[in-house]
Amino acid sequence: MAKQDTTQIGIITVIGADRVGIIAALANAMAKNNINILDVNQRIMETFFVMTMAVDLTEATVGMDKIKKQLDRVAQTLSLNITIQNERIFEAIHRV
Amino acid sequence: MRVSVEEVYETIRMTLDHHFDIRTVTLGVNLKDCMDRQIGPFAKRVRTRLVEKGTQLNHFADHIEHKYGIPITNRRLSVTPASTLLEPLPHKISSAVRIAQALDRAAIKSKIDFIGGFGALVQKGMTRADEVLMDALPEALSQTQRVCAFLNLASTRAGINMDAVAKFGHILKDLAGRSENGIGCAKIAVFANAPEDNPFMAGAHHGIGEPDYSLNVGISGPGVVRNVVSQHPECDLTQLSEIIKKTVFKITRAGELIGREMAELMGVEFGIVDISLAPTTSAGDSVAEIIEAMGVAQIGLPGSTAALAMLIDAVKKGGAMASGNVGGLSGCFIPVSEDNGMIKAVQDGALNLEKLEALTSVCSVGLDMFAVPGDTPASVLSAIIADELAIGVVNSKTTGVRVIPAPGRKAGDIVHFGGLLGSAPVMKVSQLESPLFVNRGGRIPSPVQSLRN
Repeated sequence: MAKQDTTQIGIITVIGADRVGIIAALANAMAKNNINILDVNQRIMETFFVMTMAVDLTEATVGMDKIKKQLDRVAQTLSLNITIQNERIFEAIHRV
Repeated sequence: MRVSVEEVYETIRMTLDHHFDIRTVTLGVNLKDCMDRQIGPFAKRVRTRLVEKGTQLNHFADHIEHKYGIPITNRRLSVTPASTLLEPLPHKISSAVRIAQALDRAAIKSKIDFIGGFGALVQKGMTRADEVLMDALPEALSQTQRVCAFLNLASTRAGINMDAVAKFGHILKDLAGRSENGIGCAKIAVFANAPEDNPFMAGAHHGIGEPDYSLNVGISGPGVVRNVVSQHPECDLTQLSEIIKKTVFKITRAGELIGREMAELMGVEFGIVDISLAPTTSAGDSVAEIIEAMGVAQIGLPGSTAALAMLIDAVKKGGAMASGNVGGLSGCFIPVSEDNGMIKAVQDGALNLEKLEALTSVCSVGLDMFAVPGDTPASVLSAIIADELAIGVVNSKTTGVRVIPAPGRKAGDIVHFGGLLGSAPVMKVSQLESPLFVNRGGRIPSPVQSLRN
């Protein structure tokens, strides 16, 4: 019944107040799950610190739902909002 | 080029702050091949198929929700119109009720929110099975939880079946009396020109022109549109239309991606993206507030119809550019009870039933989720419905009516339904009847399609 989908790039977005240890915490979580970090960008948007991190999920040892749970824990510890979404949703919305 | 931080941030804000969601993924399921002369074997085949497909739908919807981070709020099934399924079965109310129960049990077992298609297309005339199904509606809908019903009572090609319209007024009264606050009436919508691929309830059904399975998606972003309109208080209406178009383009693209991928994962055909703006009672997720952000002091006041016409046109232009599969209702929902701005406008006296009807002449779905006093005569309900269907028939568009005659309530009361259905202020309706008109019956002929002034 289930066909496997093949897109593998995830975009992690962090929104909140800038502080020490955000990248370290995320990098640690990624390494634990064998996820390679491809790119990191950050800006101040409407007074929020916003960081995006592109990650390659090809070799990830766990599924998206588990990664999400781990990121939720990081978000709680650092009082941030963290999401992870497949890159294709952004391409669909912003690229014609 | 990889997406920028700005683009990612804009997208995240849509879901986190402006309630953008995939309102529904609705799988249309053909049940014609399950038909039988005996209810037992028929119900068993229906149940097996729907439980299997419903379970798959939920599984893949969860997967896609995690993958793209866009909430998929409702998972629904729609089936072949039940009156067709009833044709070979004994033409008894109990047979129709058994069909409804089979649908309901399958939906509950597979954890599907709603199942649509318990209805009939009777715009030109009623078969015996159609009549039985209509007679069974009060019992079927009051004995089931997740079944939604529809009737197509009119079309531009056939005109308006006034026999069916007159009959339905009495059905509605009966149904209202069987449920608390008449909530059972929220589970049935009647239409002119009902689309066969609408993913939204209560009108969803899997039309007879559809394939075995069809995956349809309803997106919704009133909050996103309201936000973008609020951010541009200075620009003129031409520019504002462009801005709305661009925003709807973006949310439709998200719906298109999710619909296509869902269909592929399930191994079924991708049907349509319905780009209707569907409000909820969450703060800010209101169509009325878009109209108000455009500059109309309150929805229902002069200017509202023009503003709504422009809004819907921009929505359609943006959506049609984003997906070749735009279909379903694809207009703007203005259900009174499900939109905080609409509720307030009725309570403040800015919006009455007559203006609501005028708004629907430029809005695809018609008079939706409004309550009237419980003692409103059946012939008045039928006359309200006939008026609304006439707008659809003459203008070659879909219009529908979902009205709740709230038992024991009078104009000015408020009826709380809870959940997505919200709260409805009871609207004033003339108690003067015109039974002579409605009870003439017959069919209002299809309108001439030329001489269009």
